[in-house]
Amino acid sequence: MNCYHPILVAASLLSSAAAVRGAVTPDPAVVQAEDQRAAAIAKASAATVAVFDSAGAGGGSAVLISPDGFAVTNFHVTAPCGAAMKCGLNDGKLYDAVIVGIDPVGDVALIQLLGRDDFPVAEIADSDQVRVGDWCFASGNPFLLADDFTPTITYGLVSGVHRYQYPAGTLLEYTDCLQTDAAINPGNSGGPLFDAQGRLIGINGRGSFEKRGRVNVGVGYAISINQVMRFVPMLKSGRIVDHATLGATVSTEEGSVVVDDILETSDAFRRGLQYGDSIVRFADREITTANALKNVLGVYPSGWRVPLTYRREGESFSTQVRLMGVHDESELIELVQSEEEQPTEPHPGGPQEEPKDNGPKLPVPGLEGLLKKKKLPAAIIGKYEARRGYANYWYNEQAQQRLWTNYVERSAVNGIGYNWKLVGNVETGGAFELITSADRAELTLPTGHSGAIFTGDLADQLSPPRSGGMLLAINAWQRFIDKGLRRFGEVYYLGKLPHGPDNRVENCLVGYFEGMETRFFFADETGDLTGIELFTADDADPCEISFSEFKEFEGRRLPKRWLIRHAEAPFAELVVETWNVNASQPSDAPQDGAN
Amino acid sequence: MSGTRRRYSKLLLVALAALCLPDALRLTQSTATAGSLHDSIRSAQRKVVKIYGAGGVSGLEAYQTGILISAEGHVLTVQSYVLDTDDLAVVLDDGRKFTAEILGVDPVRELAVLKLPIENDSLPHFNLAAAPLAKVGERVLAISNLFNIAGGDEPVSALQGVVSAISPLDARRGSHQAAFHGNVYIVDAAANNPGAAGGALVNWRGELLGLLGKELRSSATGAWLHYAIPVDQFVASVETMEAGRTVADAGTNSSTATDPLSLAALGIVLVPDILPRTPPYIDSVIADSAAGRAGLRPDDLLVLVEGEPTASCSLVVDQVIRRESFDDVRISVLRGGKLVEVTLNAEAAEPLDETGEDESSSLEDSGYPAESNDLNGDDAGMEDLEDAPAEADEATIDEAVDADDAEAEPAVE
Repeated sequence: MNCYHPILVAASLLSSAAAVRGAVTPDPAVVQAEDQRAAAIAKASAATVAVFDSAGAGGGSAVLISPDGFAVTNFHVTAPCGAAMKCGLNDGKLYDAVIVGIDPVGDVALIQLLGRDDFPVAEIADSDQVRVGDWCFASGNPFLLADDFTPTITYGLVSGVHRYQYPAGTLLEYTDCLQTDAAINPGNSGGPLFDAQGRLIGINGRGSFEKRGRVNVGVGYAISINQVMRFVPMLKSGRIVDHATLGATVSTEEGSVVVDDILETSDAFRRGLQYGDSIVRFADREITTANALKNVLGVYPSGWRVPLTYRREGESFSTQVRLMGVHDESELIELVQSEEEQPTEPHPGGPQEEPKDNGPKLPVPGLEGLLKKKKLPAAIIGKYEARRGYANYWYNEQAQQRLWTNYVERSAVNGIGYNWKLVGNVETGGAFELITSADRAELTLPTGHSGAIFTGDLADQLSPPRSGGMLLAINAWQRFIDKGLRRFGEVYYLGKLPHGPDNRVENCLVGYFEGMETRFFFADETGDLTGIELFTADDADPCEISFSEFKEFEGRRLPKRWLIRHAEAPFAELVVETWNVNASQPSDAPQDGAN
Repeated sequence: MSGTRRRYSKLLLVALAALCLPDALRLTQSTATAGSLHDSIRSAQRKVVKIYGAGGVSGLEAYQTGILISAEGHVLTVQSYVLDTDDLAVVLDDGRKFTAEILGVDPVRELAVLKLPIENDSLPHFNLAAAPLAKVGERVLAISNLFNIAGGDEPVSALQGVVSAISPLDARRGSHQAAFHGNVYIVDAAANNPGAAGGALVNWRGELLGLLGKELRSSATGAWLHYAIPVDQFVASVETMEAGRTVADAGTNSSTATDPLSLAALGIVLVPDILPRTPPYIDSVIADSAAGRAGLRPDDLLVLVEGEPTASCSLVVDQVIRRESFDDVRISVLRGGKLVEVTLNAEAAEPLDETGEDESSSLEDSGYPAESNDLNGDDAGMEDLEDAPAEADEATIDEAVDADDAEAEPAVE
């Protein structure tokens, strides 16, 4: 009997040892890996948002990207919600949120959670560094499971990168996206995809399902965070943001990507791209198939500027092109609104089915209620203003005011007027003199003297020659300071766009007067006006002036160095030595006693 | 008493050491391969091709996947309607496109070998002869062009999971529509999607373990099966196909016996098979036969043969002749509302034990460990494994504990 006893004890100990095995034999590497994973998930969970429409009838997910509550989600999640939604965080609290901006083509929407200025935020990774075989995890609210808003975590592998998914209906094209086998289910839409370190690499929004019903079958797609973050400053403008096109169609012919057709109004055409040329590189990526070009194009907002290399008869040409919008403005608004006519799915927020000829066609939710009158929750009244062409005009107006105030107050340019006299040197040698007034301006360069009169048809006043309208651009600048946001003409905040010789991405205000578009660029930190682009016609190259080396002239903070460019070629680089305001007027101006 | 205690602590030490072992092994394995997981995937992707052919109508995708199995452009894929065309396009990982011809087909495993018109003798390819066997719980990658996501020169998709079970394919009417009854790897990755068939199941070192099969859905449960046919199940067949021959239906079917068992040899006479699905009632039992000795009686209704549900006389005959004349065969009958299970052996002179709890069923001649065969024909169990990757881990732990018991006991005696 005694003999069997230890066996029994041992057997029972064995089973208990098995139960606590992890505690008894912790390999440090295993424990460390587990701790790292738990920490990554904890960090990521805090920034994950559960989105519900105000009525609580449906929803999806989102992810916080700034402490003041800006969060990224899918357009198809916010579309049925209208202007307001409720958002839950893993602290168990429910916050009011308001729509900010939408990108209906890219299926991205920006919302702002209200009530805190210290929201937990996701750490943003560089999604171009993501490789097939990386571990990743999705966080979100699949099937709207979480009553306390604690996100569901699904772990998986990055199955593919730079994937292209055709538009669902007329919108919702996923280009250059990430493919994962981490489970993406209805309700995960708009939620974050994190890398193994808990850094944000994408926004989940679609899956391949076909005949297996609307649940995960191992193929989910996430919009790359690099694309999203490029659009975020645009979305902060409160606009309906459009995607970009080259203005040319291409096809793959024997291993090269050949231009089939090109719009003569496109910037690419003006930069020399022609029918029959083959595109070699675009936006710093090698282009070997027509699909690859389509893939890269899709990650840029309308108006973005990217490098292009093309080949003609064995010779290579490199240039910069400004991308044009896929839709014109009214076309995009109409598309978004016509989608509204379609019935929505009863439980919004599901990942979008990729369109397949044989797959079940799902209706694509549109701007349901966004442009309709809806009773707004008290919390967002005062943070929402409906206007055609905007998701929320309030944000646009805020940005305009902020840029204007920052510029005019910090640079002390108020009352600078039209009467300037600037003297200085030209970088290539010699001196220059610039004299301006409200209705005319003259520039003297070592190469000659030119002037412009601003009383008749302004579009003709493009002097000096080959500048694209430098004097007119300076007049627009003076007019902008004089008249302000309200009286300049129509003014709106575009977002952030690359400009200048080094393609700095900065805030851009767009103003129209006399049928011409002027873009004013402002630096984020200083509020300085760093550039002006004047487009005298839709299909003309603008006059670009880039300002740098800001210093004090007569108590005002003004740029000492001006670089004037037109048609991708420099026109002049000026260094201002003296800057007199209210100086003598051009000869025959009726300015007696003004000095 | 102190002696007992010493023995007991010694035992505990042995036990603990043994318990640590699987963890340590797993860790070494994962750290050894972690750095090269990206490389393993990339290396496997280069050996996988996209195949475009017939289809594209009424839910039939016009694409599938294949794997390169020779440097001269032999491609192994599944036999399907996609291949029913004169213009069969094969796109390599580097984007090159070829029109392939079909060298041979294997109608049982539903495989085909294609040949690319290529002089190049340095294509990256899987070496079937060197393919390792997978174990339950092993981490695997499914590399395929599922849903035709990867267009042009894009690399195909990689999904990850573990081998949940190794089990004969439950292929029959009323379950999975397939001709192959041999062992397959059941995986928890969503490996078998439209277009994935013909893709590669590889381990974390990028070595080929099996070929992803065609989509199979259980007509009983509606669950989709995620599986791959192990390399050793088709390596001989591929040689035949490479030689340009079509594999014969009989003889190569691993589930057809060379000296088939018969009902008569067991001593069972079923009711006359006159209906399309005659219920398999026993008409009479031959005295002094295996059935007689096991106590089977007229009017017993056969419901399970080797754990597989059976619904008609003809199906019972099919199930029995798949076994060798000397094999044990496990039969369950319904008698007076109760299930009675017996194990018969036509060549045994003495009666075998009534099995009941006893799992003495013979293993298929497969070379796989016994525990992996527990799933045999169990629809519900198979569904669970598809859905719950955790079970594989538990299986590993169980194995470890069993092993300890075996080692521990001698230490006490």
